[in-house]
Amino acid sequence: MEFSFELLFEAVVFGILLGCFYAAVSIGLSVSFGLLDVPHVAHPAIMVFGSYCTFVLAGLGLDPIVAGIVLMPPFFLLGMVVYRFYYEAFERRGSDAGVRGIAFFFGVALIIEVGLILGFGVDQRTVEAAYIGKAFSVGDMRIPMRFVVAFGVALVLMTALTLYMSKTFTGRAIKAVAQDEQALRLMGANPMRIKQWAFGIATGVSALAGAMLIIIGPVEPALDRVYIGRTFAVVVLAGLGSMTGTLAAGLILGISESIVLMHFGASWAPAVAFGLLLVVLGIRPQGLFGR
Amino acid sequence: MRFWILAVAVFLLAVLAAVMLKNEYYFFAGYTVLMFVVLATAWNILGGYGGYVNFGTPAFFGLGAYTAAVLFKAFALPLALQIVAAAIMSGALGFAAGLLTLRLRGIFFAIATIALVVIMETLFINWRYAGGATGLQLLRPPPIWPFQSYTTMLFVLMAGLAVMAVAIARYIEISWIGRGLRAIRDSEEAAEASGVPTLKLKVFACTVSGALMGVAGAPMPMYLSFIEPASTFNLNYAIGALASPMIGGTAHYLGPVIGAVLLSSLQQIVTVTISNEVNVLVVGVMLVVFVVAAPDGILGLLRKIPWKRS
Amino acid sequence: MMFGRFLRYAASALAFAAFSGLALAQGPVKVGMSMPQTGPLGAGGKAALLALQIWVEDVNQKGGLLGRKVEFIVYDDQTNPALTPSIYTKLLDVDKVDLLIAPYGTVPTAPIMPLVKQRGLLLMGNFSFQVNRTVRHDMWFNNSPWNDARSWSQGFFEAADKLGGAKTIAFLAADQEFAQNLANGAKQIAKSKDLKTVYEQNYPPATVDFSSMIRAIRNAKPDIVYIMSYPNDSVAIIRAVNEIGIGPSVKLFGGGMVGLQFTPIMESLGSLLNGVVNYNSYVPGVKYPGIEEFLKRYSERAVKEKVDPLGFYLPPFNYAIGQILEQAVTATKSLDHKTLAAWLHKNEVNTIVGPIRWDENGEWANPRVIMAQFRGVADKNVEQFRQPGKQVVLFPPQFKTGEVMGPFEKIRK
Repeated sequence: MEFSFELLFEAVVFGILLGCFYAAVSIGLSVSFGLLDVPHVAHPAIMVFGSYCTFVLAGLGLDPIVAGIVLMPPFFLLGMVVYRFYYEAFERRGSDAGVRGIAFFFGVALIIEVGLILGFGVDQRTVEAAYIGKAFSVGDMRIPMRFVVAFGVALVLMTALTLYMSKTFTGRAIKAVAQDEQALRLMGANPMRIKQWAFGIATGVSALAGAMLIIIGPVEPALDRVYIGRTFAVVVLAGLGSMTGTLAAGLILGISESIVLMHFGASWAPAVAFGLLLVVLGIRPQGLFGR
Repeated sequence: MRFWILAVAVFLLAVLAAVMLKNEYYFFAGYTVLMFVVLATAWNILGGYGGYVNFGTPAFFGLGAYTAAVLFKAFALPLALQIVAAAIMSGALGFAAGLLTLRLRGIFFAIATIALVVIMETLFINWRYAGGATGLQLLRPPPIWPFQSYTTMLFVLMAGLAVMAVAIARYIEISWIGRGLRAIRDSEEAAEASGVPTLKLKVFACTVSGALMGVAGAPMPMYLSFIEPASTFNLNYAIGALASPMIGGTAHYLGPVIGAVLLSSLQQIVTVTISNEVNVLVVGVMLVVFVVAAPDGILGLLRKIPWKRS
Repeated sequence: MMFGRFLRYAASALAFAAFSGLALAQGPVKVGMSMPQTGPLGAGGKAALLALQIWVEDVNQKGGLLGRKVEFIVYDDQTNPALTPSIYTKLLDVDKVDLLIAPYGTVPTAPIMPLVKQRGLLLMGNFSFQVNRTVRHDMWFNNSPWNDARSWSQGFFEAADKLGGAKTIAFLAADQEFAQNLANGAKQIAKSKDLKTVYEQNYPPATVDFSSMIRAIRNAKPDIVYIMSYPNDSVAIIRAVNEIGIGPSVKLFGGGMVGLQFTPIMESLGSLLNGVVNYNSYVPGVKYPGIEEFLKRYSERAVKEKVDPLGFYLPPFNYAIGQILEQAVTATKSLDHKTLAAWLHKNEVNTIVGPIRWDENGEWANPRVIMAQFRGVADKNVEQFRQPGKQVVLFPPQFKTGEVMGPFEKIRK
């Protein structure tokens, strides 16, 4: 295939749109794993669960984005419950917990996956909306509207979350508990409650991420396995706990994937996220903006 | 000595079953159970003894399977040599991967091992000679005398490999290597400080573990007469290899055996009677239950029961 | 004397009881298969399954096979090739079936070809493409109207010739057994016609987004675009072409897209299909003896069971599998696989999709793949497909109803 600047430019534009989406999908993990040190490999599975919930609500007539927003409160509560369980079962019990925590979340991810298969079957599911199926024309380029919509929602979501973390009291408390739990306890705040709240937010955000996921393309129950690589790559590349880093890392991943797709073909694209992850872990494990 | 008597007895039991049972489906399902015994035992060397929880089983297993398949396609290599080649290739991968990743802690190591699986899968998706994403059809040679059925032969072979794997795990466990690994699991810094050669031991464990997983994978292409990347490098193997020791108990070489036999047999029964999906649910639920409620596995539970009054 | 008569009656009564006891003790004839009822081929698989169930009912009404009832055992393989070897092993060793039918589709069938060859079993093919190419099993008999890549692509390339001036071609194929078999053959034909390949790409079967590949194709400005895809990809590709556009240079688009024959997909894509030239096995208007009557019966059942209501693509050919088995078993009075295979190689079978004769590879000696162009299709309308006209038949000559039109994007508007 011949090289073409036009194609490269389109790939970069596409990569930026996709990258912002990846960042929004990973930002929940940035909080739960990056800040709270919870080995949450079930994060993509919960997001896919969110996609299916969006599918159900969209079937009742709701616009997918509205459905995503409507799902945020119940998912927030779900997150709080999950964290409470995790805390009682693992974090309380000490050092061995990390190893078993990972196994636990893998088990949870499997259960969610099979639950979705039993409930919906292995077939792909999609939603319909006015903005799915059309494209914007910018000069010679045609950009599918669904990517632009996901990009927009992702930006709004991430801005909102970043502002929350830096401007509000609870947000700053979450950051504080990540840095120095003892000090926080001495100041009279309950670290467990703050972490629980944070995990709830991370899960609530995943609901909207799930809605974006099914807008961008069809979903099927095993889709979480594809996103484990992408989300952890973004979070590790960003540096654990950095919100702005997540956006930068997402863009890097999105653009790299897009260029590999264009130049080397679709069969190499799945390895990009993991390849990037291994490179980061090997060279600079603390990531771009790590603490 | 007691161990070896038991081991030979188990193997003879498998041979007896091969002679007496007529329905081939027992061997078809039994092969999978025995294969997971090998995978679980191999996983436990690094994961249980050393404390390095890894999800890389499909990478070593798959590499073993593809090594066997490609050598069979290219040179019609006999099965015994395929297994040896698979052990060498997967052992080498274990060595290299160990050097690169064993400096990472806890969850980073686990995620890096998943990365390894996806990269291996992508490599084989892009290798046309090995079938690419389409897969490879393979015509088996006739079974070796005195076996009439190839599946039965593979069953007895896997029984032998399982005995060998458990023997190796037992040797590591009771030797100074096992002591060193346990020291690393309990506290790596303390082990370093007291002069334990931690990196060498970890890489050794990773190499042996990888080689055994490759051995478990080598007969797979002949078992199915077909191989393709998506199912060969499936993360379900990672979870099965990890769940079995966690269910059976990670501290002793019998733990993975008990866990694998229990879990895999349950899965086979569920697949035949209910459906294929529910068997994955079984793994997920059992993993969660044991990890939360019985962290030392079945062996740990058994130890808590007062067997003897001294 | 009375005693002698009584003895004769008793003897014949005993013999009769023993004989029917034997027949009853033999039990039903078990026919087994796995059918993709979920996964990418699921929509087609469910329709095919209904046709086979109708055949089982028909044959049991007539007294069964060899006087025994037919029992039909089916599992769902989810279009997953990793599941079929264990399902067929279970069918053989646990369910102990007498006759085997292959799953619908090349991808689920490929893994079991070595198995049936190694065990010396008769296998009735179900819309697979060239799946026997490497294994060369002599007890394989396919039900689909194609033979090799030439038989499939001939109509497509002839349409390109009719439009004239085609010099370049682009290939987009899924990396799986069906698409690769077709792609290998089609590329050779393209070379023999001096067509220059300006783009070729194999994509992993799980790919969901084709925007970047469609863009690259548009950038290469091909005259012909030949696609080999499975239902999920076919839908995604058609939607991507509609979103981004394939460019004004393209004269001919389509070729080997599986799924565009399934009624639910035709209904959902609607006008997006216009202009696409694609293969099919049957369209309304083609006169096969008995097919229209079957389709009427099928349609009534299908609406009730909520599967493909029109059932043009697979159901008649699946019913034909039943007819083939019925005729072979009845003619040879045997369930022995070698006997049945020998008979099928020597004889022509009459079915509701016409007379079928096989070559030594088990494929049709007289292929009749239909190449048709979608024209004038409206959105969200299933009934429009019942009458001939929405799929203009370009090939083969005996079924032709119109001429091909192009260039592709111009005629879509």
